[in-house]
Amino acid sequence: MLKTILKRILQCIPTMFIVVTFTFILTRMIPGSPAATILGPQASAADIAEMEIKLGLDQPYWKQFMDYILDVLQGNFGDSYMYNRPVLDLIAERIPNTLQITVTALIIALIIGVGIGMFSALHQYSILDYVFMVLALVGVSMPIFWLGLMLVNLFSVQLGWLPTQGRGDLAIGLWDFVSHMILPCACLSTIPMATFARITRSSMLEVIHNDSIKALRARGISERSVIWKHALKNALPPIVTVLGLQIASCFTGAILTESIFTWPGMGTMIVNAITNRDYMLIQGVVLFFALVFVIVNLVVDVVYMLINPRVSYEGGGSK
Amino acid sequence: MMKEEKKAQAVADALGTESNEELLKRERRANSAWSKLRRNKTAMVGLAIVCAMIFIAVFAPLLSPYDPAAISPTEAFLKPGVDGHIFGTDNVGRDLLTRVFYGARVSLLVAFGGTVVAGIIGVLLGLIAGYFGGIVDTIIMRIMDGMLAFPYILLAIILMTVLGSGIFNVILAIGIGNVPSFARVVRGEVHIIKNEEYCNAARVIGVSNARMLFTHILPNTISPLIVYATLGIAGAIISEAALSFLGLGISEPTASWGSILQTGKNWLQTSPFIATYSGIFILITVLGFNLLGDGIRDVLDPKMKK
Repeated sequence: MLKTILKRILQCIPTMFIVVTFTFILTRMIPGSPAATILGPQASAADIAEMEIKLGLDQPYWKQFMDYILDVLQGNFGDSYMYNRPVLDLIAERIPNTLQITVTALIIALIIGVGIGMFSALHQYSILDYVFMVLALVGVSMPIFWLGLMLVNLFSVQLGWLPTQGRGDLAIGLWDFVSHMILPCACLSTIPMATFARITRSSMLEVIHNDSIKALRARGISERSVIWKHALKNALPPIVTVLGLQIASCFTGAILTESIFTWPGMGTMIVNAITNRDYMLIQGVVLFFALVFVIVNLVVDVVYMLINPRVSYEGGGSK
Repeated sequence: MMKEEKKAQAVADALGTESNEELLKRERRANSAWSKLRRNKTAMVGLAIVCAMIFIAVFAPLLSPYDPAAISPTEAFLKPGVDGHIFGTDNVGRDLLTRVFYGARVSLLVAFGGTVVAGIIGVLLGLIAGYFGGIVDTIIMRIMDGMLAFPYILLAIILMTVLGSGIFNVILAIGIGNVPSFARVVRGEVHIIKNEEYCNAARVIGVSNARMLFTHILPNTISPLIVYATLGIAGAIISEAALSFLGLGISEPTASWGSILQTGKNWLQTSPFIATYSGIFILITVLGFNLLGDGIRDVLDPKMKK
C-alpha cells in the first residue's frame, strides 16, 4: 500500500518537469519583448537592450531555462516584471481570494448536488426526478461566463440586490462580505453541482439495486441506516473521482468567473500577466495551477485506494 | 422488448424456416446501432438540436434578411422585436438574429475543426503509444500528462496569445488543448485490442505494423472515439466562446457566439439582450451535443448505460 502510494508520488515528478518545460517554451513564444512592455512605447532601443540584460533575457534560451529550473528547485519563482515583487508573494497574496470562492462553491455544489442525486435515485422516475435531471443536464452544458452575465443582469442591474464586482470587506459588515460572494459562487458551483447530482444518482441507483442492499433490508435494518450508512458508502468511489476532476476544473472556471466579477484572485492576475508578457508571473502561476492539479489527482487516487481496496495499481501504466 | 420477441418467435414457428431467415434479418436490422439510437429518445432530441444548428449555420444567408456586418448607427440598441429585428440590434446597429445565425457558422466550424485536429493528432499518438508500449509509450503519455496538468483554458489562452487571434488559430489552440484526452482514450483501447485473438492471428501471418494499426486496431477504437468526439465538440463550443469572451478568440467584426457575448458584456447595463440570445444558442447547442453523445454511448456501450 505504502509502496504504491510512494510510486504514485514519484510519477508526478516527470509530469511537473514537462509542465515547467512547456510553460517556458510557450512564454518565450509570446510575441513582443517584456522589456519593451515595462518601459512603455517611448523607450529607446538602447534602454530596451539594457533592461533585457537586467532581466537576464539576453542569455541564450537554454541558459535561461537552466537558471529557471535551478531557481524553481530552490523554491525561487523569480520576480514579476510588472509588480517588481517575488512571484511567490503575489501568489500567496491572491490565493486566499481564489480559494474563498472556489472552496465555497465546491462545498455548496457537493451538498446540494449529492443531496439532489440521492433524492432522485430514491425517487426514480418521479416528477421531481425528471425535473432535477433535466436541470442537471442543462447545468453541465452551461457556459458559466454567460450565466455570470445573466446573473449580474438580473440581480444587480434589474433588481439591484447584489453588487456587480469586487470583493467585499468584512470590516464594512458581514452582508457586504457575503453579498459579493453570492454571484461568483453561484456561477462557479453550477457545473460541479450538476455533475455531482448526475453521478450520485447513477451510482446510487446501481448500488441500491444490489443484492447486498436487498439482504440488509431483509435483515430488517432501518431504511435510514441502509441508505445513509451502507448504500452511500458503496456509491462513494465514482463521486470521489468526479470531485477530484471538479476541483481541478473549478480552478479553471475561476479564471473566467473572476474576470466577469473582477474578483481579485489568481484568475484576473494571470490574464493580466499574459497581456503584459510578465514571463515570470505567467510561469509561476501556471506552475502553481499544475501543481494543484497534480496534488489533487494524487490525493484522489490515494483516497480512492483507501475507500475501495479492490483497486490496485499494478504495472507502470500511466493511466 | 420481451413481448415483441415472443411474438416474433410465435410467428416464426408458424411460418417455418424460410421466414425465419427473414425475421433474423429484421432483427439484425433492429439491433443495428442506428435503429437503437433511433429508439433512444434523448439522443434523438440531441440529434434534432444538432441538425437544426447545422441547418442554421449552412443556410444563414438565406434565413436572415440582413447583412451581419452592415453597420447603421441610427438603428443601434433597438430592443428585440422593434422594426423587424427579432433579436434586436447591437451597439452599431447590426441585426442580432443575423449575427447569431452567422455566428453559428463560425462557432460550429471552430468546434468541428478543433475536434478534428485534436482527434487526428491524439489518435495517432494514442495508437503509437498503446501499440509500441515501452519507452515510446512512457514518453508520449508523460507529455500528455503534463499537458493535462495545464488548466485547459489557460493553455488555450497562452496559445492564443502566441498565435494571435483568428479563426484558424482558435481551431489550432482548441485542437492542441484537446489532444491529450483523445490520446488517452485511444491508448487505453489499443492496450485491450492489441492482445485480442484476431490481432495475434494477424501477427502470426506477418502483417506489417502499419497495416496492423490502421486496418485491424484503429477501426475497433472507433466507437469510444465517436462518443468522445461528440462530447468534445460540446466542450469546444464552450472553449471558443470562453476565448472570444476574454477577447482572445474570434474578434469583431466577425460574428461568433463568443464575440457577440463579448460585445454584450460591455453593454450589459443598458442592453442585456445582446448577450442573452447568443448565450441561449450556445447553451442549447452544447446541450444537443451532450444529449447526442450520451445517447451514442448508451447504444455503443450498454455497460456504461446510466
